[in-house]
Amino acid sequence: MKTANKPVSEPLVHVVKRDALPLWKSLLIRVLAVVAALLFCSLLSVLMIHANPFEFIDTMFDGSFGSSRRLWKFAKDAAVLLCISLAVTPAFRMRFWNIGAEGQTLIGALSAVAVMIYLGNKVPNGVLLILMFIASVTVGAIWGCIPAIFKAKWQTNETLFTLMMNYVATGLVAYFLLLWTPSGSSVLGELSVGHLPAIGHDYLLLIIAVLVLTVLLYIYLQYTKQGYEISVVGESENTARYIGINVNKVIIRTMLLSGALCGVAGFLIVGALDHSIATTTVGGMGFTAIMVSWMAKFNPLIMIGTSAFITFLDQGAAQITTNFDIDSAFPSMVVGIVLFFVIGCEFFIGYKPKFRQNIHKGGKA
Amino acid sequence: MEQFFASFLDYFLTAFALGMTFLYGCTGEILTEKAGHLNLGIPGIMCIGGACGCLALKLMSGAAVPPVLLVIIAILASFAGGAIMGVIYCFLTVTLKANQNVTGLAMTTFGVGTTKFIMSDMSSAKEATQSYLYALKYFRYPFGESGSALVYNGFMVVLAIVIALAAAYVLNRTRVGLHLRSVGENPATADAVGINVTGYKYVATCVGSGIAALGGLFYIMCWSGSCDAYKSIEKLGWLSVALVIFTLWRPNISIIGSALFGLLYLAGNRIPTLLGIQFDMSVTKLLEILPYAVTTIVLIVTSVSKKRENQPPAGLGIPYFREER
Repeated sequence: MKTANKPVSEPLVHVVKRDALPLWKSLLIRVLAVVAALLFCSLLSVLMIHANPFEFIDTMFDGSFGSSRRLWKFAKDAAVLLCISLAVTPAFRMRFWNIGAEGQTLIGALSAVAVMIYLGNKVPNGVLLILMFIASVTVGAIWGCIPAIFKAKWQTNETLFTLMMNYVATGLVAYFLLLWTPSGSSVLGELSVGHLPAIGHDYLLLIIAVLVLTVLLYIYLQYTKQGYEISVVGESENTARYIGINVNKVIIRTMLLSGALCGVAGFLIVGALDHSIATTTVGGMGFTAIMVSWMAKFNPLIMIGTSAFITFLDQGAAQITTNFDIDSAFPSMVVGIVLFFVIGCEFFIGYKPKFRQNIHKGGKA
Repeated sequence: MEQFFASFLDYFLTAFALGMTFLYGCTGEILTEKAGHLNLGIPGIMCIGGACGCLALKLMSGAAVPPVLLVIIAILASFAGGAIMGVIYCFLTVTLKANQNVTGLAMTTFGVGTTKFIMSDMSSAKEATQSYLYALKYFRYPFGESGSALVYNGFMVVLAIVIALAAAYVLNRTRVGLHLRSVGENPATADAVGINVTGYKYVATCVGSGIAALGGLFYIMCWSGSCDAYKSIEKLGWLSVALVIFTLWRPNISIIGSALFGLLYLAGNRIPTLLGIQFDMSVTKLLEILPYAVTTIVLIVTSVSKKRENQPPAGLGIPYFREER
């Protein structure tokens, strides 16, 4: 252990906090970490599948950008991931660890599908879409705000609460699926009503919608009073209270927003892509979104980049599994390893190790 | 009536055995949380534990290893796999002071993926028997083949209970436990009285991860014994994390808690046949929500009641940096 300290002598290495690094330096550290991670992964692939490292990198790029079909799929996946990442961001900025995006999105999608099933063909498509949207957003917001109310009133641990809510949501989806499939197969086919119109390309509307949402959220968090209040509550609840912010109100309001955005994501998944629902509709993206948001330092604009990066890894590694005929679990290994490197490199941005002789030269603590 | 009792006993024993999967994960997570670290990587670590154990069994297949040794080596391999995951987690969160939630979730992504990668290779129904399922009988009847009700209650059930009781003893009755708890409550104070905070965090988390890993092996080799068992470990892992809250960070209570979770988990399947009534299939799906719903309620009740001994460790989730003021 590097930071272990023996009481007898001064430790060899000691860690001090850094002042803010210039942007290019912190970016350089992150890029280096990603490069190191990819090298590590390609080494791993050499050992496992006997592909050479260049082939590995080449296939990674081919998987996301190799053809226009793959490019569209890449953009679509990145947009969905980005949308859920946007949803978790306001809560994270106030240090509310909402790991329930999976459930909030799923329950939003479930509400949209419920509207499609019970009102489809009874109202015109335009009205149906609006009702689906309202249902998704409302239910998502309610689902998100339940843990927030308990957090605000009784400091109930939100991480564990939101985690549990994921499985309640999954269970509800499983229940309704059985209810809606007369054969008891639990597989709901594609519904013919409530499709969002396709403009240009099937995925284009979705992508534009998410990008608009990104800019709106950026403006909300950066330039509005409410966005500022979120940041203050995140920095220090006591400061927030001192300057007269109603902390409980901010917590509940922000989680309503987070949940509502998850609902929007669920609506988009159902209305523009799947037109159906399964217990795996969100497929772990609620968890991945947390890492996307964190990697972007909770900045919506940077999240465009980080969500694209994770999608690139996922899709690239998936391409490797098809090209080299290995198991489909390979992408999650790659994503996991790259995340370890990225998580680890943050240390060198926030802190710096100092060796023993430097301490006497007035090293600043 | 006799019929009812017989089937109830079977339900109870099956559920109790399943609960041991939770118990391993829960005891491991309690140790970690007592050191102030919320390890959300537990589901991934349990998966890895199962994979490492099976991998060891595969390597030993065909070799002339005595059954008892076979079981012990598999358990050690599983423990080692979990401990290595624990080292990665500790390096990132203790030494590099990374965010615990993000690191934990990355661990789960990595662990579940790696496990699937390892297991799918040797888990086609044909190969599984040769590569690791051949050892099933040693896990289930290490002392010779015996009666049916005890079919799941192999020696790893006893091990789980012993580990939980030992953890409870160490935490509450020894100096080491006192130090560990103080590290989790207030690391700065512990540091000031000369406790090696980093050391305690590393050891507690790695041992905890190793114990949790055994849960994965237990589920595959003792409870399920099927070739696609590894696919459900992640879901059970999250329940283990839930169980920690449910039992208020007490390993000895978690023995009862894990049995209860086992009963709840199987309720959807067993209760209708037990009572001789036919529920609609969809109702059983609702019953599957029970463990999560009950945990949520316990979480709310403990936070509302505000009893000090029922609260999570005060330093949970907060990285410790000595020079922070």
